[in-house]
Amino acid sequence: MDFLNDPLKVTAEWLEGIFGAWGMNAAFAHVLVVFLGVLLLLVLLMVVDIFLVWMERKVVSRFQDRIGPNRVGPYGLIQPFADIIKLVIKEDITPNGADRALYNLAPILSMMAVLMVWAVVPIAPVILGTDLNVGVLFLIAAGAIGTLSIIMAGWGSNNKFALIGGFRQVAVMVAFEVPMLTMLLIPTIFAGSMNMNAMIQAQDKIWYFVISPLGALIFLIAVIAELGRAPFDLAEGESELVAGFNTEYSGMKFGMFYAGELLHAMTFGGIWAILFFGGYRFFGLEQVSPFLAAAIFLAKALIGYWIIMWVKYTMVRIRIDQMLAFNWIFLTPLSFVLLMVTALMNALLRGTPSWVYGIGMFFSNVILAWLALEIARSVSRKEREKIEGAKPLAEAHH
Amino acid sequence: MTPEKIIFLIVAGATLVSALMVVTTRNIVHAAFWLIAALFGVAAIFAILNAGFIAVVQVVVYIGAIAILFIFAVMLTRKDLRDTSAQQNRNWQAGALIAALTFGGLAALFQSWEKLSVAAPAIPSSFDAVAELGSQLTSPSAYVLPFEVASVLLLAAMIGAVYIAFTRK
Repeated sequence: MDFLNDPLKVTAEWLEGIFGAWGMNAAFAHVLVVFLGVLLLLVLLMVVDIFLVWMERKVVSRFQDRIGPNRVGPYGLIQPFADIIKLVIKEDITPNGADRALYNLAPILSMMAVLMVWAVVPIAPVILGTDLNVGVLFLIAAGAIGTLSIIMAGWGSNNKFALIGGFRQVAVMVAFEVPMLTMLLIPTIFAGSMNMNAMIQAQDKIWYFVISPLGALIFLIAVIAELGRAPFDLAEGESELVAGFNTEYSGMKFGMFYAGELLHAMTFGGIWAILFFGGYRFFGLEQVSPFLAAAIFLAKALIGYWIIMWVKYTMVRIRIDQMLAFNWIFLTPLSFVLLMVTALMNALLRGTPSWVYGIGMFFSNVILAWLALEIARSVSRKEREKIEGAKPLAEAHH
Repeated sequence: MTPEKIIFLIVAGATLVSALMVVTTRNIVHAAFWLIAALFGVAAIFAILNAGFIAVVQVVVYIGAIAILFIFAVMLTRKDLRDTSAQQNRNWQAGALIAALTFGGLAALFQSWEKLSVAAPAIPSSFDAVAELGSQLTSPSAYVLPFEVASVLLLAAMIGAVYIAFTRK
């Protein structure tokens, strides 16, 4: 087994050999090597995160018909380092009456919730943190830590804007966790496992996006809400709440929230790719080399991230009541029905040839989406008639 | 001492300290966050015991839902979040005695149980705990009845909550 085929294992065995030669107990050497692996992954993610700042700024400027950072270094590539130096040397302010412990813990937890997810993300067939058999549930658990960090920031800042922003964000996250968790069960039904690597392996014939487009779409909507990005970014509605839960944060503590959000968006782009677009799979190219597989995964994650950015910079912010109604009245029932239909179709079509299975699944999704839109349209028409019925009176004054 | 034991001792110690802080801190929101730390420690102990599903569900249900509900309830219902009442009542000595006796009794019982020193057999790699749990919960010869009874109970609670919250226009 050589380095190019299984880099992690070869490196780990080599390091354990070195530590063993130093007279270290084999079990301790193993734990130490695992810690070093975790450290390496975290450092790599943080470096990627630095360039995500640059990328986000470049992409948003293109969407807004600007050029973006282009002064420091080629294509402005050194800009994020200048940003970091600025954030680090800024004055660190703690507001009067802030709950010091919670105020300082919140940015750390916010970053931790994102980094935790990478423990179960298979970057390549042999490059992965842990092959957890409940991988998709682990995502929701990490999301719970993120919710906590928002409450901590909102409450610890001793600021009304921060508290209201925190409440809004938590309401959104708790609400959209329901369709998100439900949609996570759809790849679970197809793959027969909650293990992320097994899900990718099971997408050898067809990507799950093709047989469950509605599921992929609902998952993306729930992810965008979970990230608190536009059109669901009312937790930091500038016109009403200054900056929401991170109003009081300055310097690198604000930087942690900001960098955490960007990495979170990229991470969920990757999760979306794993669940519905075959993760590191690309027409057998992943068999060639684990490094190529990792590059494919990274490319898919960045495409997912780009779609999330595309939505963010195109849509306008919606109101909190519209958003919660959208979730509880439309998205949650739809995702429950979709889960039931998918489970039923899976049981009915089991044993049929795979093309019958795929076409049956695809059309059940399309029909369900059409029905949901028809129901939503008739309900909104009724609502509009209710409002417009009172309109002639208002127009009579003109 | 194996690394596993060291990790267990650290996690167990952190869990116990957080649990102690829950009942001794004066600030109620801090108590809620210490409770979260204690619940997280319990999840870590489940993970050490190879019960990955239970560990993750512990975090999702207790931290992701119940603890956040606690925090909201505390923030929305109390004006002053500091607790100024006495932290012990007259019965604390009797309580401490009963707790010490229970701990001593359990410790003595476990000491005399010879299976305590037997190492657990290794789990075969083909064993899928989640699949096994799923088939046990839906198999008529196993736990399908308790599972369904619990589901009906939760459904009844949900309908009751909706009925109470529902206001007729």
